[in-house]
Amino acid sequence: MARIIVVTSGKGGVGKTTTSASISTGLAKRGHKTVVIDFDVGLRNLDLIMNCERRVVYDFVNVIQGEASLNQALIRDKRVDTLYILPASQTREKEALTKDGVEKVINELSDTFDYIVCDSPAGIEHGALMALYYADEAVVVTNPEVSSVRDSDRILGILQSKSRRAEMGQDPVKEHLLLTRYNPQRVEKGEMLSVADVEEILAIPLLGVIPESQVVLNASNQGLPVILEGESDAGQAYDDAVGRLLGEDREHRFMTAQKKGFFSRMFKGG
Amino acid sequence: MSFLDYFKGKKTHTASVAKERLQIIVAHERGQRDQPDYLPKLQQELLEVIRKYVQISDDMIQVEVDRNDSCSVLELNVTLPER
Repeated sequence: MARIIVVTSGKGGVGKTTTSASISTGLAKRGHKTVVIDFDVGLRNLDLIMNCERRVVYDFVNVIQGEASLNQALIRDKRVDTLYILPASQTREKEALTKDGVEKVINELSDTFDYIVCDSPAGIEHGALMALYYADEAVVVTNPEVSSVRDSDRILGILQSKSRRAEMGQDPVKEHLLLTRYNPQRVEKGEMLSVADVEEILAIPLLGVIPESQVVLNASNQGLPVILEGESDAGQAYDDAVGRLLGEDREHRFMTAQKKGFFSRMFKGG
Repeated sequence: MSFLDYFKGKKTHTASVAKERLQIIVAHERGQRDQPDYLPKLQQELLEVIRKYVQISDDMIQVEVDRNDSCSVLELNVTLPER
């Protein structure tokens, strides 16, 4: 039986796809057979972030509607051989993702994979609901910013009432907070919500903090999951998060500002 | 904070404003989240019944459900206009 993890947020642009790409790559790198599914029908982008956009032949909706087999639609990652991508359809209606259809595909994947990572679209509409419905765990991607925190709280409410686990009265979906685009300098200046602030408001366990970093854009430009940039702070922070997801005890890093020298503090400010 | 900031004299901690605003709105929205789906319609119909006798505006009626382990309480608050 595979563990099903949804990467969700409510708000758009906070780093769901970046996170899905890195978490699935991190799980696969540790030897777990992993598939990452793009649920954003009509606006697929996971393929670009994972550098397989030119290898898409069949997609998720083709499989649901019986026009292709799973094996035809799954794309094997060229860097990590235990990693597969199931792209979203670019042309279909969102409603093509039916509850039964998604369940059929997830059940079939469950037989052979250890982890199924569901990359949710933004919003709380059909696609987002389908992405979270079958989840065992949820990574709630949040930026330290008012609208993102509010939307994350909203999506937590939906996980607690509309997921399959909630409807069936089973153990609740295990929630994780992943704070992304974190800027310790601005936090120290009192200009940005701190990790502690967001934890206090959302009241769910912290999976990790990804510092705001230029490496993220550079990686996505090339279709490289940022976790593979092993030297970078963001890459290492994602690696820590994957470790914690697997139950490892990792100390949090990159949460405090680099100390500046005496002269730069005196004359350059902040 | 830099040494020079003491002389500029201006310092706003917008993060604490953000936190305070979020705590209020999130608490409010969580309160509404647990309410049953039929509540808005119930409120509307109650409003219509009351209006047969007393003229009140939309915001003068409040309907809430409080759920405990053993029972639920439907709480209805109506503010009547001053005579």
